[in-house]
Amino acid sequence: MAEAIRYRKERIDRGIKARTDTIYLLSSLRDMVYLFLPRFLPILLLLLLPFFVRGGYWEKVLFYSCMFALLALSWDFMASVGLVSLGQALFFGVGAYISGGLNYYLKMPIFLTIPIATLGGALFCTLLLFSVLRLRGVYFSMVTLILPLLFAHLIETLDILGGTHGLLSLTPFPGGYPAMYLAIIGVIVCLFGFRKLISEDFGLVLRGIKDDDRVVMAGGINIHWYKAQAIFIAGAVGCFAGALMTHYYQFVGRSVFALDFTVLPLAGAVLGGPGSFAGATIGTFILVPLSEALRALGGLRMALYGVILIGALVVLPEGLFHYIERRYHQFERDARV
Amino acid sequence: MQGEEILKVEHLTKRFGGVVAVENVSFSLQKGEFLGIIGPNGSGKTTLINLITGFVKPTSGKVTFNHTDITGKPPYRIACLGVSRSFQMARAFHKLPAFKNLIVPLYSPRVKRLGGGKYGERDDVAIDLLDDLGFERDSAVPYKAAGSLPHGYLKRLDLARCMALRPDLLILDELFSGMAMSEVAATLPMIEKFNREGLTIVMAEHRLKELFRVTHRVMVLNFGQKIADGTPKEVMSREEVQKAYLGTEVEG
Repeated sequence: MAEAIRYRKERIDRGIKARTDTIYLLSSLRDMVYLFLPRFLPILLLLLLPFFVRGGYWEKVLFYSCMFALLALSWDFMASVGLVSLGQALFFGVGAYISGGLNYYLKMPIFLTIPIATLGGALFCTLLLFSVLRLRGVYFSMVTLILPLLFAHLIETLDILGGTHGLLSLTPFPGGYPAMYLAIIGVIVCLFGFRKLISEDFGLVLRGIKDDDRVVMAGGINIHWYKAQAIFIAGAVGCFAGALMTHYYQFVGRSVFALDFTVLPLAGAVLGGPGSFAGATIGTFILVPLSEALRALGGLRMALYGVILIGALVVLPEGLFHYIERRYHQFERDARV
Repeated sequence: MQGEEILKVEHLTKRFGGVVAVENVSFSLQKGEFLGIIGPNGSGKTTLINLITGFVKPTSGKVTFNHTDITGKPPYRIACLGVSRSFQMARAFHKLPAFKNLIVPLYSPRVKRLGGGKYGERDDVAIDLLDDLGFERDSAVPYKAAGSLPHGYLKRLDLARCMALRPDLLILDELFSGMAMSEVAATLPMIEKFNREGLTIVMAEHRLKELFRVTHRVMVLNFGQKIADGTPKEVMSREEVQKAYLGTEVEG
């Protein structure tokens, strides 16, 4: 009897892991494809998308998705330090109003308003939250929930910064692509930058604070200073999104402090799987277009949206990305025995 | 080395509402000394440690470390001055690999100032430290998630975390609780070695037999008060110490 060739299943990444410690030594094209495709493909897709949705309704949806993705990344970064924010709208609104205000009152050009709004807004938010940094858990969350509402009401009742009318006819972006690519590159830089940062020594300290802040203190580290740095980074991302949105719509009003800018990014991060940044991005890029597609349903839209969210949480409580990641590491191929 | 005062605690008191956890405790510690703190459960050992290390603010009293007043200073400041403490319930960053747990103290301003472990070198420093404490570098143990380690390893990881800070004073809060006999036997010589190399150590402990093997001076707490201070032999022969541990006899 001729001996049959037998195969067994073998995990692809096992061999790669065994050969390497931290530096990948690549031995074959297959390994390379396996390692780079999941990183390269999303970038390529994001960079090419604006050409497919040029100048239509879906272009706006794509831009919107990027805004929410930035906010979700910002939320996820704060969450990985143990700061659960219920007020990403604060960052978004502050960035939007700073760039809008500078442009409206001081006639500053876009290339100045956006960087100033990003850094200045982040500094403003950090100082604002500095006093409540020692609050833990749900108490911190409550403060962040209240702050955007507070600002919206301040603008309305004091009739400052345009009051209920908002600031109109701000400088637009020159053409559609600059805004879109600023947003897309922002998402890519944040996504990969945060993933890198959180695995560095600095990021380990931040994750340590989330795990057990007393041990971090016993390690001689001023946790309030590190939390403040984390808020500055997260704030800068949120403010950047707000500033982009302002010039994209050439308008800024109280609605930038609305609950939408808090809830949608949070829902995206939870759906995609918090703590991975990729999850937050994937989640928002599913939820935002989905909620637009459901617009035709009218009133039923929000209900269906809720059902989808609950369903996703029940079926995949770990989040989409963690599920995909697990599967990715379990990828098998047939190996000759 | 000997003869210089490193820690001085004067009339330290802490009240939690109506309960006096630590009452008017004073003692001083010479450089290189090894002090044991013993006492029944709830006698204030952990609170005393929390007071010295800044995790709890004292109601009154004063703590001086290396001639610096550290009373009520935030924990990270005190840690950066060189006071390192372990926790009674082994605390760790459970999701991180064991050796990554040490990155946090290695990243502190103190270690940066002392020049130990720059960017990219910290992993190696951490693994060296763990190797010294029985996490063999060629085994899988130092690379496993801290949460998956047995209790004895977690306790030693806590000790390694303390040592990563390059302390001048090491305060161990019941390091041996929950450790197996063999683990205690393996850890004890390591602590003795640190002490021989000049490290001042304070050790709150319930396992008296093991403690008395390494320490020459013992302080006894009962209901927050210091009731004895001296060599193990003379302390244990005192009547109030025996009463505190065994209770008083009921007449009739």
